Amino acid sequence: MTEVTELSRPQGEALTKDVLLNLGPQHPSTHGVLRLVLELDGEYVERVDPHIGYLHRGTEKLAESFTYTQIFPLTDRLDYLCPPSNNLAFALAVEKLLGIEAPVRAQYIRVMMAELARISGHLLITGALPMDLGAMTALLYVMREREMIMDLLEMITGARMHTSFCRVGGVREDLPDGFFPKIREFCDIFPNRIRDYERLLEDNRVFLKRTKGIGVISGEDAIDLGLSGPNLRASGVDWDIRRDEPYEIYDRLEFNVIIRNEGDCYARWRCRVDEMRESIAIIEQCLDQMPEGPFQIDMPTIAFPVDKDRVHCSMEALIQHFDLSAYGFKVPKGEVYSAIEAPKGELGFYIISDGSPKPFRMKVRAPSFVNLQGLFGVTKARYLADMIAVLGSLDPVMAEVDK
Amino acid sequence: MSGEPSFNPAPIMEHFEAAIEDLGTSHGIHVFAVPPDRIVEFCRFLKDHPALQFNFLSDICGVDHYPEMPRFEAVYHLYSLPKKWRVRIKCHLGDPPRVPSVTGVWRTANWHEREAWDMYGITFEGHPDLRRIYMWEGFEGFPQRKDFPLRGYKDTLNPFGAEGPPPTTPDIATRDIPQGGRLTPEH
Repeated sequence: MTEVTELSRPQGEALTKDVLLNLGPQHPSTHGVLRLVLELDGEYVERVDPHIGYLHRGTEKLAESFTYTQIFPLTDRLDYLCPPSNNLAFALAVEKLLGIEAPVRAQYIRVMMAELARISGHLLITGALPMDLGAMTALLYVMREREMIMDLLEMITGARMHTSFCRVGGVREDLPDGFFPKIREFCDIFPNRIRDYERLLEDNRVFLKRTKGIGVISGEDAIDLGLSGPNLRASGVDWDIRRDEPYEIYDRLEFNVIIRNEGDCYARWRCRVDEMRESIAIIEQCLDQMPEGPFQIDMPTIAFPVDKDRVHCSMEALIQHFDLSAYGFKVPKGEVYSAIEAPKGELGFYIISDGSPKPFRMKVRAPSFVNLQGLFGVTKARYLADMIAVLGSLDPVMAEVDK
Repeated sequence: MSGEPSFNPAPIMEHFEAAIEDLGTSHGIHVFAVPPDRIVEFCRFLKDHPALQFNFLSDICGVDHYPEMPRFEAVYHLYSLPKKWRVRIKCHLGDPPRVPSVTGVWRTANWHEREAWDMYGITFEGHPDLRRIYMWEGFEGFPQRKDFPLRGYKDTLNPFGAEGPPPTTPDIATRDIPQGGRLTPEH
């Protein structure tokens, strides 16, 4: 065997060299099609260069040739773990432009669904982060509870993933019969299940070793890098759009904003787990407070006919339905930026309308896209293995990053 | 929201006077029009002024007003975490569009500006790493411009694309990236 005991030649020239490693785009821990080009010095990460765009579908360009109602299915496909909150963000932006507000019952339904979506999104990462770090069990348990949410969403909308349930000025349909007992049952069961996940992971030595004190992002860095949502709150910044700029009926609901000060991977994971509890509390309040009434605004120029049977026997209803489906409705000239607290952070829609039934420009401020830049702000993540923990804890959904 | 004092543009207008234009409030957000050469100074002022503290950059995006002139626009959305205010800054740009980069003010501007470059071909001068972010290296044209067809241009891999060469092949001046950045590989 050749003896290589020294790491540098006598002249001081190094015998080792930096290695470029492609992590992804086909790697389970990149949560989709993310490719990280890592510059490695042995096991140390010297530089990280994320390459994105593998899932770029041109949502913004497509939206310019779609009517406002047709854009809802496009928004579903942004953060596909929580479509109801994407729908809500888009509907709110268009409603602001039109100067209308959905009926109160519709607002409650939307908020309830957005919170279900938040749980569904947070659940996945609660299980997926430990899985990336070698604790497979939690993922299987969270999938069981996600299935319950899928069933609830299927009951309301008929779809499991891409719900497209919001409409401008309301929601598509009223809640189905027998829905309330089902969701109450879920609300009763779920807090105990959260306790189960905690028991699985809170004292899991491997999980703690790989997340506590790893990938620390300071509050200043987090703001500078534009992080939002749980990623920002885990760094000790107290900001939640639901509370600070309340939209829909959030000002009537009571909930805590979860803040952690550590800013490490564990804090980000923990924040999400605790937020699920708050979401359950919000859903329960929605169920208690939800009034009877219309679920769609009474404006034939904007909303589809409520009674679908009338479409088959009334000429006016048929024309209204056809007109809205084929040509959409006109939205007054103007510009609007409207942001909501999506599960991943600030989800904003910037829409420029030129007065036609299609947006002139729609920009999506996707929280995952910005949160992924958190990779540049982490400290205490020297090892390649730490990158996996950091990436998982930032919880990017690549469909939303790539738009 | 209701308890907070509302946003007052007076200190901004006092400092910048006629250089910027106050476009008033639209749907709850105050809008300013700022010339490109003052944008960095303006952003820094908004961020550092103790009564404003716009420390959070929500978004930067490009807009193409083709065929109107000035054709391009860079739009900035700022948020003040302590004050809970939002403002929008609009920056009209000529063709080819150039604007100084605000990456020195907020690091988060990095990817937003790369996206605007990728989609609209807006050159952010002084950006440390102005590369395409969504489209692949060597992609021709800027897909979100209004004169770029929705389905792209016809080639062997894209039989449904539009006929003909790209109408606005980016000139060298637009593709030239300020020193310090890595160049998109040309072919």
